[in-house]
Amino acid sequence: MKLTQISVFLENRKGRLHEVCVLLSENRVNIRALTIAESEDFGILRMVVDRPDSALQALKKNGFSAQLTDVVAIEVDDEPGGLAKILKVLTDKNINIEYMYAFVEKLSDKAVLVFRFEDTDLAVKVLKGSGIKILRKEVEEI
Amino acid sequence: MIWNEKMECISKDDLLDLASQRLKNMVSYLSANCPTYKKNLDQHGLTASDIRNIGDIIKLPFTTKDDMRDSYPFGLFSRPLQDIAEIHVSSGTTGNPTVVGYTKDDIKLWSEVMARALCCAGAEPGDMLQNAYGYGLFTGGLGLHYGALEMGLTVIPVSSGQTKRQLKLMDDFKPRILSCTPSYLLYMAEEAKEMGLDPQESSWQIGVLGAEPWSESMRLEIEQLWNILATDIYGLSEIIGPGVAQECKYKDGLHIFWDVFYPEIIDPESGLPAKEGQSGELVITTLTKQGIPLLRYRTRDIVSINYEKCACGRTSPRISKIKGRTDDMIIVRGINVFPSQIEHVLLGIEGTQPHYQLVVDRKSGELDDLEVLVEVEEKIFSDEIKKLRALEEKIRKEIESVLGILVKVKLVEPKTIERSMGKAKRVIDKRQV
Ligand SMILES: [Zn+2]
Repeated sequence: MKLTQISVFLENRKGRLHEVCVLLSENRVNIRALTIAESEDFGILRMVVDRPDSALQALKKNGFSAQLTDVVAIEVDDEPGGLAKILKVLTDKNINIEYMYAFVEKLSDKAVLVFRFEDTDLAVKVLKGSGIKILRKEVEEI
Repeated sequence: MIWNEKMECISKDDLLDLASQRLKNMVSYLSANCPTYKKNLDQHGLTASDIRNIGDIIKLPFTTKDDMRDSYPFGLFSRPLQDIAEIHVSSGTTGNPTVVGYTKDDIKLWSEVMARALCCAGAEPGDMLQNAYGYGLFTGGLGLHYGALEMGLTVIPVSSGQTKRQLKLMDDFKPRILSCTPSYLLYMAEEAKEMGLDPQESSWQIGVLGAEPWSESMRLEIEQLWNILATDIYGLSEIIGPGVAQECKYKDGLHIFWDVFYPEIIDPESGLPAKEGQSGELVITTLTKQGIPLLRYRTRDIVSINYEKCACGRTSPRISKIKGRTDDMIIVRGINVFPSQIEHVLLGIEGTQPHYQLVVDRKSGELDDLEVLVEVEEKIFSDEIKKLRALEEKIRKEIESVLGILVKVKLVEPKTIERSMGKAKRVIDKRQV
C-alpha cells in the first residue's frame, strides 16, 4: 500500500513554514509527519497529512507550488538491525531510494520510515515479496 | 481588409514624393509656429528651402526625450493651447513627465492610423473590441478607442485591471478582439484557470498587444495558451500613441504608416543611417501632425526595417519586433543585457513561464552581480531537491552561454515577483554608481 505525501516549494524566508502550518490548521488538516530538505536558497517541505487533497487545495489556493507524491511507509521493529534488514532487501534488489525520513507512530510508539523510491510500484513489490510489512493507507487517519 | 488602400499600398516613388512635400511643409510649419524648433533650426543654419526632398531629412537635427522633458510642459507645442483638444502625459522614472497635445485634426489622424492598425490585425467593421489598455493620461486606452470608433467596431472600454471582471465580460459578451499588454494577457490566463474558465475556449480570436517589448517565444506561449492570433502593435505617445505600426496576420514585421510617420534607422552611437537591413535605433518624423510635430524623434527602440512588399498587399515597410531599448538595456560588466534574452532562455526550457526578474547589484569594490529570479510554477516543481537544482543549473548555464557572463539563478515561490497590469518590471538595478 502506498501513502500520499504532499510536498511544497518554500523559499528560505523567515516564517514561511509557520505560515504553511497555520494555513493547514485553518483548513483542519492534521500533519502526521514533516521534514524539510534544503538547498542554498530554497527548501522542499514534505509532509504526511490526514487529508492530503484538502491540504493540496488550500496550498494551491494560497499561491504555493505543491504536489502529491506516492511514498511508502514501513514500520520498523524495535530491535537491533531493524532498519538494516529493510535496506539490505532494497540494496539486493537494486531499488533506488530518492530520500527517506522517519516519524513516530502515536499508538504503537514505533518508528515509521517514509521512503520515496524512484520506482514506487517495484519497491512495493520487492518489499512485500520479502515479507516486510508496509503500513496501510490508514496511517493517514491515525 | 485594408483600411486606407491608397496610402497603405502606395508605390515607393509616390510615397517619396508625398513624404518630400510633407517634410518641406513641416519644416516651414515648425519655423513659423514653434519657437523652440525655430531656434534649433536657426542654430543649424537650416531653413525650409534646404529641404528639397525626403533624402535631405538627414540634415535635420534629432529630437530626443530630453528635449521633450526640457521643454516641459508646452515648449515644443506648435499650436496655442486653445487649439489643443486633448493632452496626454507619460511619466518617466527621472525628471519631468512627457506632455503631448493633440489638435482636433491630430485626433482625426490618430483615429485614422488606429483604424488602419485594427484592420491590419484582422478586425472587421462590426466586430467587438475589448479594450483593456488603461484609459486616462496613458495613450493606450483612448488611442485604441478612437480607432475602433473610426472603423466601426463595438468598443467595451473596460480599461486595464479588474481581471475577474475582464474575464466575465469576455465570457458574457464574446468580443472577438482584445487589446492589452502581452504580459497582462499571460497573467489573465492564470486568473482564468483559477476562475474555472478554459483560456482555449475564450471568445478572443485576435489580440492587439503592445505597450511593452515582447519576444517571439512569448507570442508562441500566448497563442498556445489562448488559442488566439497574437499581433504586435507599436506606438509611443511622443509620436501619437498606439497606431504607429502594426502587424498583419503574416506576423512578419509591423507595418509602419510611413506616409505620416516617416521612419529612419540609425546607429545609436554615431547617429548615422544604419546600413540597409541592419538593426539600429528607430527614428520617426511626424509628417502631418499639428499640435506637437517632431522632427527625427529618437525612439530609443532597436529594430530593423524591411522595405519589401508584404504578402498581405501592403507596401508600407515593416519594422521588426523591438529587439531592445537603448535605455532599458542594462550593462553588466561591460556586456549589453536585454531582458528579452533572458525571457527567451526561460521559454526555451520546457514549461517555464516567463515570470522572472533581473537584479543587478554591485558591492563596493566588486564586480557587478546579475541575479535572475525565476518563479517555480507548479509544472516545474518537483519534490526532489536534485531535480530543482538541476533546473536551476540548466537555466544558469543557458543564460550564461547567451550573455557570456556569470549569473546567479534563484528559484522563488510563485507570484512573489511583482505582476504588473501595465508594463512589466523586469529589471531591478541596485547599483550605486
Ligand atoms: Zn502585411
